Amino acid sequence: MMGPGVPWYLAVSAMLFSIGVAGVLLRRSPLIVLLSLEIMLNSANLAFVGFSRLFGEMDGQVFALAVMAVAAAEVCVGLGLIVAMARRNLILDVDRLTELRG
Amino acid sequence: MGNVLVWMVWLMAAAACLGTGLRVVTASNPFVSALSLIGNLASLAVLYLLASGEFVAAAQVLVYAGAVMVMFLFVIAYLGGRADAPWAGGTRAIQTASVVTAAALLAVTLVALMLDAGGRLSDEADVDRAFGSPAEMGRLFLTDHLLAFEITSIVLLVAAVGGVVLGMRSEAEALADAQELADAERASS
Repeated sequence: MMGPGVPWYLAVSAMLFSIGVAGVLLRRSPLIVLLSLEIMLNSANLAFVGFSRLFGEMDGQVFALAVMAVAAAEVCVGLGLIVAMARRNLILDVDRLTELRG
Repeated sequence: MGNVLVWMVWLMAAAACLGTGLRVVTASNPFVSALSLIGNLASLAVLYLLASGEFVAAAQVLVYAGAVMVMFLFVIAYLGGRADAPWAGGTRAIQTASVVTAAALLAVTLVALMLDAGGRLSDEADVDRAFGSPAEMGRLFLTDHLLAFEITSIVLLVAAVGGVVLGMRSEAEALADAQELADAERASS
């Protein structure tokens, strides 16, 4: 392959995943948590595409597309929840939404 | 010569990817976060292209940077000022622990990568031009991965129905709205 090899792709993927983890753990707004989740899903996708190139099999790319579809479904439900919370005048703060705490 | 060019494009895309990713996490304005995520997804599409994933790159730009992010931007616009959340939560100790967790995860993955980088990870398979092309992806989807393809459609349908149900107004809310409207009409006449 011309240019960088697969380990470079995996390194970028690992860095992106850590950025996403930091976002999910640090931020309080459910919107930003969702956005950080998207970063994590995409870093997994990058690893899939990199490995698919490494082994010369396209199954990894098919799985990356499946991950995209799941991410779209997750965004649909997540944003629906956020809008429902906003309409009930709840505070959009994951630290304060503790009604379901056991 | 072509090699250097590929390296340059790759490095620029990777830097843009990491920079916009950091911006998503650190920005206090959710609009900035969402727009940075669009940049992040676009630069990831460039990386996919360089790893000969043409169809995945196109789908990334169309589905992700296009459709999904437009949905995000609409919701942020709908929420308006309520979307602005304070930056981080928890005590100082919890924040430090989160950053340390993320850094530790990164360190472990990178060490594992470096141990393997020279060996199994470096002998890439040779691929022909059809690798990652839409025609090949379509063939795989309709033969080897037909079940996954069909299940994906059901997952999306269920998510769409779920979104509608979550967005529905309850009877009490509808009644309250109607009452408010009637009051406003009476006041104006």
